[in-house]
Amino acid sequence: MAASVRSASATGRSSAVSSSATRATRDAKRLGGQRRAVLALAAIVPLLILWYVLTSVTHTVSPGRFPSPHDVYQAALQISHGNGYAGGTMSRQVWQSSKLVLMGFAVASGVGVPLGLLMGWSRRAEALINPAFLLLRPIPPLAWIPLAILWFGLGDGAKIFVIWFAAFVPAVINSHTGVRNLDPTLIAAARVHGASPPQIVRHVLIPGALPMIFTGLRLSLQASWTTLVAAELVGAILGLGHVLIVASLDIYPGMILYAMIWVGIMGAAMTKALGVVEKRVIPWRS
Amino acid sequence: MAQLVASRRPGRGIPSAPELAALSVAGLLLFFAAWYGVAASGWVPSRFLPGPQVIAEMIDRLAQQPYAGYTIQVHTLASLKRFALGFGLAAALGVPLGLLMGWYRWLDDLVTPLFEAVRFVAPIAWVPFAALWFGTGIGGPILIIFSGAFPPCVINAYRGARQVDKVLVEAAQTLGAGGLRAIGEVLVPAALPSIVAGLRVSAGLGWQSLIGAELIVVSSGVGYLMVQGQTSLQTPIVMSAMVAIGVIGFVIDVALRALERAVRRSWGDQG
Repeated sequence: MAASVRSASATGRSSAVSSSATRATRDAKRLGGQRRAVLALAAIVPLLILWYVLTSVTHTVSPGRFPSPHDVYQAALQISHGNGYAGGTMSRQVWQSSKLVLMGFAVASGVGVPLGLLMGWSRRAEALINPAFLLLRPIPPLAWIPLAILWFGLGDGAKIFVIWFAAFVPAVINSHTGVRNLDPTLIAAARVHGASPPQIVRHVLIPGALPMIFTGLRLSLQASWTTLVAAELVGAILGLGHVLIVASLDIYPGMILYAMIWVGIMGAAMTKALGVVEKRVIPWRS
Repeated sequence: MAQLVASRRPGRGIPSAPELAALSVAGLLLFFAAWYGVAASGWVPSRFLPGPQVIAEMIDRLAQQPYAGYTIQVHTLASLKRFALGFGLAAALGVPLGLLMGWYRWLDDLVTPLFEAVRFVAPIAWVPFAALWFGTGIGGPILIIFSGAFPPCVINAYRGARQVDKVLVEAAQTLGAGGLRAIGEVLVPAALPSIVAGLRVSAGLGWQSLIGAELIVVSSGVGYLMVQGQTSLQTPIVMSAMVAIGVIGFVIDVALRALERAVRRSWGDQG
């Protein structure tokens, strides 16, 4: 779910040694990339034109149902200047939401990854922790929102608490699986060569589990973002979800769409940023 | 040989099965004891953290007396109905789309950019438009469940279709199977394990999106029950609804896991 549909056929990177055969496939891939870009434009441009025509020329779609490009532009102008909309300018709203996501995500992965590693490393720890974990796991993070509001009110604390739940579960499960899937021979070999348990953890366990850890972090980050937007929709004084719900109550489709576009942009930006970190940390995983 | 195997098993490092079982029971007891202890100790006011026994009583009461309009069973049924409709729609549209994208290159090239453009918009962000277009009765929530459950259906059907052995497809075509027949008789069976795995992910996301939708725009269902409990500062009601949500989510997951296992067993491990 996390990986893009396209990831299977991602563009090939050129290797240092390029025989005529690999060059041929590379050219084919580049051509494929150009073809894909053309087709992407062919899919998106007509849709944008259709959007403009239906909302602004023929007025088939009423402005109360879906905004015209001009409505979205007006909404963007309104929220960018002065007092903005729903309590602040877009940059403040976006900053508020990203700040909370990063804080909640950091706390959750800071606790979840070590816990998952511990559960993967020690069968005893797994047996002790797993039942309680399995009991809480089926409750979706969004279902914690009302309780979080009861406990912490409408401020930042409630959001960080809910994001913590959303991000914690994937972080634990994937770190756990990452350790469990390690080849036991590697650990045995390290032990035979005299590595101490801390050395094994540092040099065998963590590097071996890193790909799975990152898979977990990616899922965690997406869950954090969805959960935060939901939490802000339910109750907040600032943030993208708050903009969405205020625009919804005002029946202001231009602003709804503009806020949704920002939800998408920030979601994509965070996932891409994590991808960059992943490439830095595990360069051996192509 | 037997000695070699036996010599690997015992030792201080590897705990025995009874010990692990005891630890699991201890873990569960510890969880409930900590909950009960904190609630009973009075550190946290009981209106914020009621003990497990209070929740059990509350569930029993909610099952008999209506709260927020209905009993908890009726709320649960209302949620399940929405879930079934939204998830069914997502599977009915998403799986064929994914398969066709895996089969026809041009469709893949056309749909993928659109898909990528909306993929990062969190499903819950569709709430305002869902309410605007379809109202808050049944249509709006279904759109939100759909937007949560649709992507995994498409992606897994697509991956399943792409992983199908080309030789199988060519063999079918050589034997005279046309487009539709090749899809029905080669592509679908071969992609089935991946499709079912996608359905499980999709059901989880759909269920979670439904709860989100019910928190915001709906006037029946377990999510609504929770919000009503929250606004009247009734922590036991909120926690009872969480238990109901967890149980249903668990049952849905177990059912789809069983389906996944059944498919894997009869189709071989391809997914």
